[in-house]
Order: sequence, then C-alpha cells, then structure tokens
Amino acid sequence: MIIAEQKSLEEIRRVISPYENVLLLGCGTCVTVCGAGGEREVAFLHSALRVAQARNQDGVHSFSEYTIKRQCDFEFLDVLEDKVNEVDTILSLGCGIGVQVVAERFPDIPVLPGVNTSFMGMAKEWGVWDERCAACGDCRLDETAGICPITRCTKGILNGPCAGTKNGKCEANKDIDCAWILIYKRLERLQQLEKMRRYYPPRNFRVIPRPRRIVMKANVESGGNNG
Amino acid sequence: MANSLFEEKINSNDFLVTTEIGPPKGADVSEMVHHIDLLKDKMDAINVTDHQSSVMRFPSLGGCLLVKECGGEPIFQVTCRDRNRLALQADLLMAYSRGITNVLCLTGDSVDVGDHKEAKPVFDLDSVQLLRMAREMEAGKDMAGNELKGVPQFCLGASVHPETDFIEPQLIKFEKKVNAGAQFFQTQGIFELESLKKFMQYASQFNVKILAGIIVLASARMAQYMNDNVPGIIISQAVIDELANVEKGKGLQKGIEIASRLIKTIKEENLCHGVHVMAVGREGIVPDILEAV
Repeated sequence: MIIAEQKSLEEIRRVISPYENVLLLGCGTCVTVCGAGGEREVAFLHSALRVAQARNQDGVHSFSEYTIKRQCDFEFLDVLEDKVNEVDTILSLGCGIGVQVVAERFPDIPVLPGVNTSFMGMAKEWGVWDERCAACGDCRLDETAGICPITRCTKGILNGPCAGTKNGKCEANKDIDCAWILIYKRLERLQQLEKMRRYYPPRNFRVIPRPRRIVMKANVESGGNNG
Repeated sequence: MANSLFEEKINSNDFLVTTEIGPPKGADVSEMVHHIDLLKDKMDAINVTDHQSSVMRFPSLGGCLLVKECGGEPIFQVTCRDRNRLALQADLLMAYSRGITNVLCLTGDSVDVGDHKEAKPVFDLDSVQLLRMAREMEAGKDMAGNELKGVPQFCLGASVHPETDFIEPQLIKFEKKVNAGAQFFQTQGIFELESLKKFMQYASQFNVKILAGIIVLASARMAQYMNDNVPGIIISQAVIDELANVEKGKGLQKGIEIASRLIKTIKEENLCHGVHVMAVGREGIVPDILEAV
C-alpha cells in the first residue's frame, strides 16, 4: 500500500492562494487506509480551511469536496467531468500518482498536491506505517529471507551488515532495526545461512530507467493508446 | 613484485604499524602536512580518511597525494557513500597513475551521522563489491567489461569489527571480503583484547594481515560520546571508568597510556600482525604512543 502524509494546513493554504474555487479531491484507496486523503480527511480539511479563512479574515476561497474511488485510473475520473468546469483548481489528496493522473485527464485545470507521498509499506500497528518495498524492479527477497535490504538497510547494501550496527539497530537511526541482523537471524532460523555467504554483485540500475513502464503483451496486441 | 612499499611490508613478517590522518575542513593543508612530516618515517603507511563520519572535508585522494609528495606511504581510504561506480573506478585510476596503490575499501558511514544530512547517499556498491571492482580493474577491464588502456595494480585492504556485539554476520562479511581480494584488514577500535584473540582464532585460517585498530581516547566524556554517536565504536565500561578516574586534565595522558598498553600487549603476545592507530584529530600524539610501547 502507498503511504502518504497530509501536508500542513499552512502549506496547503499557501499553494491554493491564487485560486478562488477549490475542489478538495479525496481518493478511496491507499490514502483512505493510511488516513491521509480519504473522505474523512477531505471533510476535516474542508472544515479546517474554512475555519482558518474565517479566523484570518482572508475569505477569498470557496471550497467543494468530493472523494472518488481511485484517482490513479482514468475510468474513475469521468465523474469529475462536470465538477471541474466549476472550479479553478483541484487540490488532490491522492498520492503523487493520483495528482498526475488527474492532471493528465484535465489538462486545463491546475492540480495541486495535498499530501506528501512517502513510501510503500504496511501497517505495523494502528497508526504506525513501516516502509517495506522500494519498487527496485529486481526482487531478491528469496535470497534475504523475505526481508528487503534495499528498503530496510539505510545503505541498501547487499553483502551483509556494515560495522555500524549496534544492539541490532541501525547506525543512522537507533530506533530502526538493522535489516542485515534481521536477515541473518531469519536465515539462521530457516537453515539457509549459505544464502548470506554468497557474493551478490552490484545492483543493475538499468532495471529502473525512470520513468518505468510495464506493458502487458495482450493489451498491446489488442491496441490501445500508450501515449 | 609488490605493488607498493606497504605491500612489501605486509608480505614480510614485520609487525605493522599504520595510522590515519583526517584531512582538514577547508583548503589549508599546512597542519596536515605537518602531521605527515611527523609521521611518515615512523609508520609503515598513513591512511587518509574519506569524509570520516560523513563530515565533508578535503578529499582523501588529495590527502594521499600530499602524503606521497612528502615522501610517505599513503593508504587511500575509499568509501561507497559519495561516488557511483564510474567515479569509484575513475578515482582508482587517478590514484594508481600517481603512485597511490594501497586502497582501503569501505562501505562508508551513513550520511545521517554527518554534517550534510540532506545529501543523497550513493552506495551504488558496497565494500565487498568495491574490492571486486578493483580486482577486475587489475585484470584489465572496467566494470562494464571494457578494456582499460593502462592497467592498475593495487594492494587492497578492508575493515572488520571484532568487538561488535553480534559477531557472526560480521564474520560472514569478513570472509566475503577475503574472497573478494582483501590482503589486509584494519579493524574498528579494539578495547578488550579477549575479543581480538577470539577473532584471530577464526581469522588466522586466512592468508591476510590483521592490524588491530587502536583509538586514542582523551576523556571519559569523549569515550561516551563516541559510544553513542560514532558508527562502529563500542568502548567498554572498564575503559570509560579508567579514564573517568584520573585527575582533571590528565585524560589524554591516560588515553595514551591505554593505547600504548594495548599495542604493547598485542605486540608481545603476538596477537595479530600489527596495529592501526587512530588519534581522532590528535595526529601529533601518535609518535608519543609508539615511544611509550
């Protein structure tokens, strides 16, 4: 799941300042689950913006709100067709993908980000989200006992721990587990320590020539607009 | 034929003594040159650190050139923190072309512990891959498999941490470094000789030279600070207590005494093949330590 954090009210007020009619657009998928930009957060932000505007007596904006099922897919954006004609800007509370898909779909309207898209992760416990995948495009989790050193080691190194690990924690952040100590312990438990003894060559960054695109063969053959 | 004076030394049975110099923050190298002059004839080689603790400084390669110009034997510390594979290879070619052939291959400290915390960490390679890269270059090819015109030769070293609180994964990595071509190891700071002895029981099966890292402490406060903030440093409570129990102003004297005592025991009991003295900004005192041995 994509994890995001809502931007500060101050920053949001700053980016919307040139526009009068602002549509606050939520997304019903990842950012709803992580509490950054779903229907609830959109409603809350709407109230907060109104209160701030009243308090500061700089009431130039008129707000509307709407949350769609998914911002990262054109087909879910059709419902916005009528709404966008009435606004000067869209503040998207979707992730960075959502913002860009909305912008691509509605080329005449400025689309602004309302959240900072942080990472791909999991809910460690309620309200605590941990990064788990760097989308490196070359998954080797079979070699590291299902624990990703690219994501969870601050240096993303492949051949074992650096010397900075202490008490099982990372030199960069004493609250974070050293990924390589976790990998060692789990490989030991699985009786697969030989995987750690192997030499792993440098990563191939060519698998991530940005921006990346994946084309499913069946889709191409049936035609389609790939821009 | 040896690739450097230091390689000649490590191929001999001599007790090896190296030290390290941290380049200045700025372009004034006068103090560094002074330290090089002070140390060059007393040491088998002088490491020049590569933005130690991720604090931006005069470059290690530039420092190595100074050591060379002053008639000393440099060990070029190279970390993977700030350079991708193109820059790493280029720097090794540059080093070799100027007679700098001893290279200590390190992963490098995290950017987060340094003074440019917002910098992009590179880590395109790790220490094991860096060692392999250097050996591939010696075989006449760059990492992409292209032929090199003018093939470099190196004497390669790496680091190891015998006093870490969880040794097994470090030993696996040590063995990978040996297999990747490391000829000598300079350890992280050693304070308890038991851990060095234990490590050497394991390490002596490999044909590599181990130089025990000796950090010169100046006070109990410094020891505690390093324990809390410097990656790879684990100073025992016994050492901190020993430093804390001296009169005010005598801390450094005590630190020199502790360092000399460790070196003396290592040498007399033949615990490993040499020592690497880290004076952490007080390079001028290194001759005193060796005299006290």
